[in-house]
Amino acid sequence: MHEDANEHEALLEALIAGSLPDERGRFGPFGGQYVPETLMTAVNRLSEGVRDVLPSESFQQRLEAELKSWVGRPTALTAAPRLGERWNADVWFKREDLAHTGAHKINNGIGQALLAQALGAKRVVAETGAGQHGVAAAAACARLGLPCVVYMGEVDVERQAPNVDRMHRLGATVVSVTSGDRTLRAAIDEAIRDWVSDPEGTYYLIGSAIGPHPYPLLVRELQAVIGREARVQMLEAGELPDAVFACVGGGSNAIGIFHAFLADRDIALFGIEAGGCGSALGQHSATIAAGRPGVLHGNYSMLLYDDDGQIQETHSVSAGLDYPGVGPEHSLLKLVGRVDYETASDAEALAALDECCEAEGILPALESAHALAGARRWAAKNPGRRILIGMSGRGDKDMPILARFPRSETGVDVAA
Amino acid sequence: MSPRDRIRDALSRAQGEGAAIVAYLTAGYPDPERFFAAFEAVARVSDAVEIGVPFSDPMADGVTIQRSSERAIEHGVSLRWIFDELAARHLELAPPVLLMSYLNPLLVFGYEALAERSVECGISGYIVPDLPYEESGPLQEALSERGLALVQMVTPVTPAARLQALCAASEGFVYAVTRTGITGRAVSLPAEATEYLAEVKAASKLPVCAGFGVRERAQVEAIERHADGVVVGTALVEVLERGEDAAEFVRSLRPSR
Ligand SMILES: Cc1ncc(COP(=O)(O)O)c(C=O)c1O
Repeated sequence: MHEDANEHEALLEALIAGSLPDERGRFGPFGGQYVPETLMTAVNRLSEGVRDVLPSESFQQRLEAELKSWVGRPTALTAAPRLGERWNADVWFKREDLAHTGAHKINNGIGQALLAQALGAKRVVAETGAGQHGVAAAAACARLGLPCVVYMGEVDVERQAPNVDRMHRLGATVVSVTSGDRTLRAAIDEAIRDWVSDPEGTYYLIGSAIGPHPYPLLVRELQAVIGREARVQMLEAGELPDAVFACVGGGSNAIGIFHAFLADRDIALFGIEAGGCGSALGQHSATIAAGRPGVLHGNYSMLLYDDDGQIQETHSVSAGLDYPGVGPEHSLLKLVGRVDYETASDAEALAALDECCEAEGILPALESAHALAGARRWAAKNPGRRILIGMSGRGDKDMPILARFPRSETGVDVAA
Repeated sequence: MSPRDRIRDALSRAQGEGAAIVAYLTAGYPDPERFFAAFEAVARVSDAVEIGVPFSDPMADGVTIQRSSERAIEHGVSLRWIFDELAARHLELAPPVLLMSYLNPLLVFGYEALAERSVECGISGYIVPDLPYEESGPLQEALSERGLALVQMVTPVTPAARLQALCAASEGFVYAVTRTGITGRAVSLPAEATEYLAEVKAASKLPVCAGFGVRERAQVEAIERHADGVVVGTALVEVLERGEDAAEFVRSLRPSR
């Protein structure tokens, strides 16, 4: 036990010091490169790109210019006083919903598209769940003049229809995936199949901090801007928060906001997974809360599977969280105890969404609503605290789903 | 003789002999009974047999093998099921049998238990499409303890130095994927493939079997000039899908033996 604690502390220190992932793409026991041999040359080439091109001054200048003038960064930090009054807390939102295309996904989309171009890719493939990453990839590829194909599960094509049309208009080809679970997981399987067919000319623009090394590192580096900005903005607004909340699907917005706060040990970090509609396998997407370590989509991380190792179908009202895996860095943060991972149910997320609309005039994405629900629950047990919530995206894309649910009785006094 | 040497010997061939045939069948497809009937019949006319362990996310496979895997999982087929059935049936099999599996089912079974159970059930080796050489240490060690093979795959985009390392590390045979992509696509053998297979052959002390997209006699004849054998998967699963005779199909690929 004692030895474990020492080992975990050493791993956390290594992570904070920036020495993880290691050469082999490991975050402690998690991560790695579990891909077919056909892709090894491609992932090795990408690793070189992440090592040499990404940190170069010319690339960073290019990226910063795009983030500023095209994405609209820095995104605002917004106080949420009416919600705060209700919760008895000092609540702040980091507004990724205000970024171009409506979610944090664009930070990664434009960053990877620039890298793809620098590495000489001829076309880009991407997967999408909620459609936010697909839209971000399509927009970034249009911006740079790269052809883009987006794989999207048939179920998601239906439940995120507005985003499908957006991708088409942004010039992307959207392929509806009818195999497997017909959601994000199947879309990733299909994107990988495409990539395997042309590992030299095709760049796989993955949408979350998942996949084989170096993707979890690359996506974290591109999303870390969220936390870097938020930390400065919180200080400018008075002081750092007591707790930070983010929703966790594959884990990109969460790792992006957490990273700048990892060394602030007295700041509690919470990742909120989709609790769905129950605790049985298939009713939720609570990978860290209910999963075990396993291998899917190129990495070793927490995963939802049955006793035979078959990956389980998941459920969440929010398509962006409906995924049985999670990025390897989150599995490490759970192991070493730096981040607490909790769940919020479909119902809690829907209620939190309505409450946020009424109290603050902000329609959050259903994914982000999970972070709100987690924060609300914590605030009830910890009154008077300062809370930062990652508002990963806006909820416009969710209108077709929301139409199925009557507006919650949130108890917010609209007239007050 | 160790199981991995059995594979090597079964796939080595004398000058002038036709290509060795490694036949792939998805476990439990089209249903458990028809699978075992096809498996025994195919084993009689092949030099090695690969049993595919169905997986929920077969990311290196085309639609045919995806479909067969889904059907097999619906029939309750799993790694455990394969072992139990093989043990219960006491099949007298001439050619060595390998399991082709994605990593997660093996990881969940446990590598020690896997190696032990494999020996009990007459399995000689493994092919794991999502386990590249760099990550293969732990599984390779557990299999090696019991003389079981872990087959490495090489592809046309594998750089020369890496090709040498993979051929040196492979056990049983070297699986030369003839083109980039998933299983089941493409028909003719591209002209570059000849040169590629010659390079693999030169790098390997073990027999080299070429696969991914082999479906007709002309291809087998083209490949047998450059490699020791062929792996036939998708085409065979399609034969079963159509309800045709799998052994007859294998024989048609290699009339010379
Ligand atoms: C708005 C929004 N938030 C969160 C997510 C979840 O992804 P991640 O966990 O990678 O941030 C998505 C995914 O589509 C999303 O669209």
